[in-house]
Amino acid sequence: MLIPHPLLGPRDAEEFTYMGDASLIARPSASDPGAEQAFSDYVYLRDNPAGVHRELWFHEAGDRSWIVVTRNTLTHEILDAQLARDVALASAAEAGE
Amino acid sequence: MSRLPGGLIDRGRTHSFTFDGKAYHGHPGDTLASALLANDVRLMGRSFKYHRPRGVFTSGSEEPNALVELGTGARREPNTRATVAEIYDGLVANSQNRFPSLSFDLMGVNDLFAPFFAAGFYYKTFMWPASFWEKVYEPIIRRAAGLGSLSMDADPDAYDKGFLHCDILVIGAGPAGLAAALTAARAGAQVILADEDFRLGGRLLSETHRLDDAPAQNWIESLEAEFDGLPKLRVMRRTTVFGAYDHGVYGAVERVADHLPDAGTGVRQTLWRITAKRTVLAAGAHERHIPFANNDRPGIMLAGAMRAYANRWAVSAADKIAVFTNNDDGHRTAIDLAAKGVEVAAVVDTRSWAKSRGDYPFYPGATVSNARGRTGLVSIDINYAGGTERLECGALGVSGGWNANVHLASHHRARPVWREDILSFVPSGHGGPPGLSAAGAATGRATTHAALNDGARVAAVALSDLGIDALLPDLPKAEDEPATSQPYWHVPGKGRAWVDFQNDVTVKDIELAHKENMRPVEHLKRWTTLGMATDQGKTANVTALAIMASLTGKPIAKTGTTIFRPPYTGVSISVLGGGDSGQNFRPRRLTPTHVWAAENGAEFVEAGQWLRAQYYRQPGETDARTSVDREAAAVRSGVGICDVTTLGKIDVQGADAGAFLDRLYCNAMASLPVGKVRYGLMLREDGFAYDDGTCARLGEDHYVVTTTTANAGLVYRNMEFSRQCLWPNLDLQLISTTDAWAQIAVAGPESRTLLSRVVDGVDLSNQAFGFMACRELTVCGGLRARLFRVSFSGELAYEIAVPSRYGNALMTQLMEVGADLGVTPYGTEALGVLRIEKGHAAGPEINGQTTAQMLGLGGMVSRKKDAIGSVMSRREGLVGDKRKLVGFVPVDRQKRIVAGSHLFSLGARHATETDEGWITSACHSPALDSFIALGFLENGSQRLGEVIVAANPLEGSQVSVRVASPHFVDPEGARQRA
Amino acid sequence: MKYSGFRVVAEALFGHKGWKPLWRDPDPKPAYDFVIVGGGGHGLATAYYLAKTFAEKRIAVLEKRWLGSGNIGRNTTIIRSNYLLPGNEPFYEFSMKLWEGLEQDLNFNAMVSQRGILNLIHSDAQRDAYRRRGNAMLLAGADAQLLDREAVRRMYPYLNFDNARFPIKGGLLQARAGTARHDGVAWGYARGADLRGVDIIQNCEVTGFQIEGGKVVGVETSRGPIKAKKCGVCVAGSSSRVMEKAGMRLPIESHVIQAFVSEGLKPTINGVITFGAGHFYISQSDKGGLVFGGDLDGYNTYAQRGNLPVVEDVARCGMALMPAIGRARLLRNWGGIMDMSMDGSPIIDRTPIEGLYFNGGWCYGGFKATPASGYAFAHLLSTDAPHPTAAAYRLDRFARGYLIDEKGAGAQPNLH
Repeated sequence: MLIPHPLLGPRDAEEFTYMGDASLIARPSASDPGAEQAFSDYVYLRDNPAGVHRELWFHEAGDRSWIVVTRNTLTHEILDAQLARDVALASAAEAGE
Repeated sequence: MSRLPGGLIDRGRTHSFTFDGKAYHGHPGDTLASALLANDVRLMGRSFKYHRPRGVFTSGSEEPNALVELGTGARREPNTRATVAEIYDGLVANSQNRFPSLSFDLMGVNDLFAPFFAAGFYYKTFMWPASFWEKVYEPIIRRAAGLGSLSMDADPDAYDKGFLHCDILVIGAGPAGLAAALTAARAGAQVILADEDFRLGGRLLSETHRLDDAPAQNWIESLEAEFDGLPKLRVMRRTTVFGAYDHGVYGAVERVADHLPDAGTGVRQTLWRITAKRTVLAAGAHERHIPFANNDRPGIMLAGAMRAYANRWAVSAADKIAVFTNNDDGHRTAIDLAAKGVEVAAVVDTRSWAKSRGDYPFYPGATVSNARGRTGLVSIDINYAGGTERLECGALGVSGGWNANVHLASHHRARPVWREDILSFVPSGHGGPPGLSAAGAATGRATTHAALNDGARVAAVALSDLGIDALLPDLPKAEDEPATSQPYWHVPGKGRAWVDFQNDVTVKDIELAHKENMRPVEHLKRWTTLGMATDQGKTANVTALAIMASLTGKPIAKTGTTIFRPPYTGVSISVLGGGDSGQNFRPRRLTPTHVWAAENGAEFVEAGQWLRAQYYRQPGETDARTSVDREAAAVRSGVGICDVTTLGKIDVQGADAGAFLDRLYCNAMASLPVGKVRYGLMLREDGFAYDDGTCARLGEDHYVVTTTTANAGLVYRNMEFSRQCLWPNLDLQLISTTDAWAQIAVAGPESRTLLSRVVDGVDLSNQAFGFMACRELTVCGGLRARLFRVSFSGELAYEIAVPSRYGNALMTQLMEVGADLGVTPYGTEALGVLRIEKGHAAGPEINGQTTAQMLGLGGMVSRKKDAIGSVMSRREGLVGDKRKLVGFVPVDRQKRIVAGSHLFSLGARHATETDEGWITSACHSPALDSFIALGFLENGSQRLGEVIVAANPLEGSQVSVRVASPHFVDPEGARQRA
Repeated sequence: MKYSGFRVVAEALFGHKGWKPLWRDPDPKPAYDFVIVGGGGHGLATAYYLAKTFAEKRIAVLEKRWLGSGNIGRNTTIIRSNYLLPGNEPFYEFSMKLWEGLEQDLNFNAMVSQRGILNLIHSDAQRDAYRRRGNAMLLAGADAQLLDREAVRRMYPYLNFDNARFPIKGGLLQARAGTARHDGVAWGYARGADLRGVDIIQNCEVTGFQIEGGKVVGVETSRGPIKAKKCGVCVAGSSSRVMEKAGMRLPIESHVIQAFVSEGLKPTINGVITFGAGHFYISQSDKGGLVFGGDLDGYNTYAQRGNLPVVEDVARCGMALMPAIGRARLLRNWGGIMDMSMDGSPIIDRTPIEGLYFNGGWCYGGFKATPASGYAFAHLLSTDAPHPTAAAYRLDRFARGYLIDEKGAGAQPNLH
């Protein structure tokens, strides 16, 4: 596989380490009521779709960026790749508004 | 049989080779199969199940029968297809899967019992008595099965791996592939043309077709000359593209030296990972056969192969041949062989309407119904409306039509579609590897004219996708005769008619599978083993499923194929490994003091990729424990030094560094004063402990985190995840500096004295630089360094870090200036002893299954702040786990406790239900002169003093142990604060 | 029809005219007591034990494609009970005991072959960990032996003892472990279930669940609706997809693991060998193919195929461990989709929806579990109580913190 790194262009997937669903960016707040349930869902439950999946890859043997890759789990076609930090900042900004 | 005229062999040179010990001669350009045929050898192998005598059946990589062991000694390669093995001078080949010899094989007795060995028979018997399966039945089956044999010596050859990138990858150098490569290369694209054969030309090499009224070879040679002048075109002969992977990545194997008597110092084969923007699959087509009774006699082969042997290799399997066909193409074999002077005894055509196309005895509307000749064809029976006729001949060419070679186009589990008009599956054009398009015979456009033009057209479309303008080249005028064929799948009859030769699957087996309801193609395959031999059924599968379709009454299109999987043809495990075996299996990381350690008697041990000094053997020390005890004792009484560079080191800098670390460690770090170090424990988000280490604050905005050796990469990855994904608004940066700093532990009561001799003007007194202090400084007259007063041993101790390249020098210097103090280097074993004596948890305790509470560190999990894992650590299952880390001393102090023992109350039965914990770490303690251990025990911290049992039934031992505090040495911690 | 050596001989002498279909191809009935979704190993075994051991009637198995088309048909055939944790080991040992009597029970030769599995040891820490495991196995009534380097060398002299990056220091052997013919297991259970009246319905995809008032009453299928009193789902690899139709999210990701078989060779490797310094394991089938595999590709996928990096790494590991297999050729390489659970252990449990039961999360260890999984699931379906050896395989163990994490890798499925 080739991962289209947003800064470095297409890179061999072997350079990356895979983590899983990009929902892991949305860590629950420990202070909210029901935090234990929210963390339990966050840590353990996955949509695991057969189709388009947003997922986290770490450019471990590269520039050490975390990337959110949008990929089809049936065909492996990659539809998008963004720096995870940009995604996280955007969702933080959204949550702040 | 002497050679026929013509052919693409170099008659001016001769190669000698042996087969089953007998010497033969061939010419450059020969394959082992063609050379054996030229020496009148028709019998080349034995089948898998019935050990039937077999001859060569094809002229290419789809060969099911002519498999040999090639080479000798450690280079022996089993199951090599004689049809693709180029001969070289001195080649040694032997037949396989026979005993004692190819012509007389005792296992041939299986054939007599064939009725008992019908499809799936072994699922129905060999069940009584149960113990007989492993003891009696299975050993017999295993010995009889298998094909060739490995030498079981290490492969002595070298292999390599490389990466290639191109705009257009062309797979196959037949007419379509050549035209595609020409089109793309002339357009200026980066092109790779790969073919499994050692000559370019594909099927053109085996036909007498003329291009522009000249021999096809002329055109091929002119292309080769042009290709030589095109620097962006890479022609790869002897290269099989074996698999299509994601995003345009293809696996290929180049057989660099298999055709040479001696690879010399070079590599034998190279694995290529080719990344192509577009791919043209021009893999041609494979001929299929028509099963009839005893159609596996040596001398019976595909009609196209018979023609290839005559045209390309100038050999015929016999002086007198016949052809059995259901299509026009079969007639070409008769015409070509007759032109070479071979007697054509008959052309038997299943089509009653077919016309003769040459001067040979012709049997339209007829079939071949039987064949005779156990080790070589003697005669065939021809069946026609008027009766049956026996005809003597030494070889028979069979043509049942051609299957487009859709293998690679189907590698992404794409399903090819059946075209009734050409009686072939072809790529459907969707669902296959993106960017790959088939051209020529591989997609059913099989005349030479169609293949040439299709190759150029498909390449031009691919180029235009890439924004490259291409002109279609002027292609030579070529034959364009439409193939007419009749759907005719097997000759009905009483005898056994083979469909899959190698695995001995007959028409009857398919009928039995149908009767037993093994009808889906996957059940058919698995029940009968159809298509599971080394050829993956390239000459068998379509015929078999057509027969099944006729039995079920379903159309072939609905019956479908099994799944095409890589590799296209067999690939040696050696070359897939790319040569990284032996010591090169994984990178080896050496510590900065490695050279010094090696010179000073260190025994090394693997710690992940690192090699670390395990202990330093001194003269007279014969066992490891003596050395380890000496080293550990030296640390307790004097001073020892140990390279701890392998611990992960992560620099954390920025205004929010403290806030960040507060969220990573379960305990607080923001409150750590500058110039201080704190022990820290990290949890996973699921609440379990996963790593520990120290965190030092060198400046207001600057921390240094250390991790365990094993988790250095993982912790860094997780920290980057936290920084980039969880808290992107925090102001900080991270960098791993594990390799940048050589770090040496200096431990023992004399450590301060020793270090004072190397640091530049820094007061190391307890008042100035107390326990858990840290600072930057210089050593040895100006070398920048970092000093941490931390202790893993429980003694007064420090860790000093200098830039990596000075690690060896610092070690030497410490040894030199500390000679009078008796400074002793110690390795990982003594390190382990010292930490067990002190009760520090390490890898065996923090193994990912244990919690802070179990480790006795529950109090560190702050409830005042949110950190990774803190919420989940409060779940009932974790809180309710009452196992605690405690120490153990054997009641008899000289009795050894072994790690991995399980713990039981005295008198309890030893079983899973009564299991109360386990020993994690154990050693001999020189400080206590006793064996000691750490482990997790149910309610352990409340059971100090209780005698329990550490049981190790695996090695038949058990020992009574007293539960103790895990802090065996200096539990108050006075020494490390001294 | 009873299978036996006598029958094989008799049929051979009379032209194989008397063989009967291994199973029927019935049309679905409108209603069943039990509908098992998934005609793979676990589903077929569940149906078999429901009918045989628990004497239940009116059972259907619904299979989307052909029976045995899931992971039962594309695994590396290893059976073993060499687990560490008390939540696992008794279950797998129960499975091993069922394997040991399977062929006589099924009257079908699934070629259960107890050739032993050897886990190689490369470090002192690994030896300690294997000692803990071996002892756990013995304490649960299984068998285990700790071998030193020389004992390993006697078993497999051609392993790389002399030039290894990670020297072999010993091994943990379970002699009763081994292999079984994977398709044969599916067929044996299918035939056994069919003979006991179970309707095995192929080409019947479940497209939805009929849920009324929090209770399952039937399923929608590609062959029409079917009523069911109880519905058990055994669709490892597709668990998330199927359970999503009942509105459930699972602690599971789908990953591909690749498997490999070489061309047929004369017998050289007697048992199963695993190489923990890399990711590699190997055995040799009765047909002579070297059957081997390695690690997951590592990314979520449903594509049933993998990529080159893992292919190369597996070959590299094989060459590092046993350079004598280098001149064998890889014949075929495929991928299967694993239900990778969050702690690496399976789930056999009721769901919040009454009448809907779930069996999945087998990671890459489902094959060896087939008999016990079927038995335990049948037990649960029939009695509504978990089988004693499967009592830890609860869905709520994740939320409550009762993980069964053999590797200690935490909630990241591709690390298990």
